[in-house]
Amino acid sequence: MTESSAITPEQVEHLASLSRIAMGEDELKSLAGDLSTILSNVARVNEVAGDDVPATSHPIALSNVLRPDVVGETLTNEQALASAPASADEKFLVPQILGEE
Amino acid sequence: MSELINKSALELAAGLKAGEFSSVAVTQAHLDRIHATEADFGSFITVTDELALETAKSVDAKRSAGEEVHALAGVPVALKDLIVTEGVATTAASKMLENWVPPYESTVHNKVKAAGLPVLGKTNLDEFAMGSTTEHSAFGITRNPWNLEHVPGGSSGGAAAALAGFQAPLSVGTDTGGSVRQPAAFTGTVGVKPTYGSISRFGIIAMASSLDQVGPMGRNVADAAALHELLAGHDPLDSTSLPDPVAGFVSAAQTSNLGGKKLGVIKQLRGEGYQDGVRDVFSTALDVAAAAGAEIVEVDCPSISYALDAYYLLMPSEVSSNLARYDGMRYGLRVEPESGPVTAETVMAATRAAGFGDEVKRRIILGTYALSAGYYDAYYGSAQKIRTLVQNDFTKAFESCDVLVSPTAPTTALKFGAEAASDPMALYLGDVATIPANLAGIPGLSLPAGLADGLPVGFQILAPARQDVKMYEVAGPLEAALEASGTRVLDTLAEGLTTK
Repeated sequence: MTESSAITPEQVEHLASLSRIAMGEDELKSLAGDLSTILSNVARVNEVAGDDVPATSHPIALSNVLRPDVVGETLTNEQALASAPASADEKFLVPQILGEE
Repeated sequence: MSELINKSALELAAGLKAGEFSSVAVTQAHLDRIHATEADFGSFITVTDELALETAKSVDAKRSAGEEVHALAGVPVALKDLIVTEGVATTAASKMLENWVPPYESTVHNKVKAAGLPVLGKTNLDEFAMGSTTEHSAFGITRNPWNLEHVPGGSSGGAAAALAGFQAPLSVGTDTGGSVRQPAAFTGTVGVKPTYGSISRFGIIAMASSLDQVGPMGRNVADAAALHELLAGHDPLDSTSLPDPVAGFVSAAQTSNLGGKKLGVIKQLRGEGYQDGVRDVFSTALDVAAAAGAEIVEVDCPSISYALDAYYLLMPSEVSSNLARYDGMRYGLRVEPESGPVTAETVMAATRAAGFGDEVKRRIILGTYALSAGYYDAYYGSAQKIRTLVQNDFTKAFESCDVLVSPTAPTTALKFGAEAASDPMALYLGDVATIPANLAGIPGLSLPAGLADGLPVGFQILAPARQDVKMYEVAGPLEAALEASGTRVLDTLAEGLTTK
């Protein structure tokens, strides 16, 4: 586990692209170092629990949490658009989304 | 220093009820204190003078008219700037939300408003609550009122400094891995992380949803308990909110008998790697508890040794998912790339590069890695199993004691710049004693137990899930016993402040 947890700047570049964060060379390099350190410290997690241990996703299990199916209050169009970086015709105005790779 | 800012929240509540002073006077005294000391402490991102005084006036009018009001009505409170406030800027201490004015209300603020507590302002934090020093705020650092060269802890550092600096009698923070308890320990105040689901997370800007919990903070146990009672309760807007009855926190905190209470000292959380002064104060506090009739036993929680590792996989994973919403499209910052094509993809990447600080980016990237195909089972899956083991350890430990105890943090407040930039793990280790409670969802509380080299040391009490009252039943009388033994931590600071 320890060997595979050495992270390269190329791997960080891929992760940054998945995370949609633009990063320069220096940042990629320094993050690769940080991640390698952190992962080599926490990698032992997979040595502790066997297959017989169930996973916990939430600390206090509640199931079938539903509310009555009635229409409640929602934001108005105006309220929803008030904090938008750009809007037009009562809609969010976004950069080009079609024609990309 | 005005006498009004020296009083506890419950003393203020009693005085307001008896008509000894008005909420306007109390609120103005705290606002004056904030404006006189903010240059030193930097506890707040936004101070809301007008809003606070408006609420105070309205509460005073209601009381004069003989209307029934909440017991804490008119007592001012400060809110961590991770808590959404409709119409009042909410930043999460991030450039991403620098100019965001929420169009909706959090349940926490709704409850505070309904009860008539004047909101003094929004307190500073590590960006999106990620950090334990409040150095990672995009809007400047907060200093520890005990010593301005030291950090106040974090991420609720502003909330804790506002209390210790007598700028506010009550604060609301949030705790994902210790973000309320550790700053409380560093500032000599009381910080509570309730059972997961005790207080609604609706309108709390999400960091790691399965770990986040709102935390009431005060200068003594009963004050924090009173705020907990006000904020807790089922909320249909939060699907993880517990339908449990809320009562008896304050009366439990005001009991004076430690007799017969069993305190379990967690073997894995005493000693190794802890500052000498912290160990000494903790041992002395155990002696005081024993002298007051408590029985001290040692309990073994072996899986706790892996809690930190599991946390630093689970938390970033949830962070990477939760923070995907900041895409520069619907609200918050939008930045266009300096060169190349301007498309949704490049704008997102440029926005997130400019809007997030280094620590936030580090955690998003780490979480993205832990959730990647091929690593998911080894990292995220294994960490979730450790979560089960930690829960099992606690369940077993509570069979032999009423509450579990440990020092809240391995050290007292660090000096600025002490963070080893080359080793992110060094700072993460500071959360070793607080993280297990978040993993297991159990309630925890930190109260001041004494001073080491002039800085406060926190004493942590953990109770079984959904039995928060048990933690107050020990914290209240222990606080009283410590005070009777001559340990009145905040008085030391208050005396220093009156001479300023």
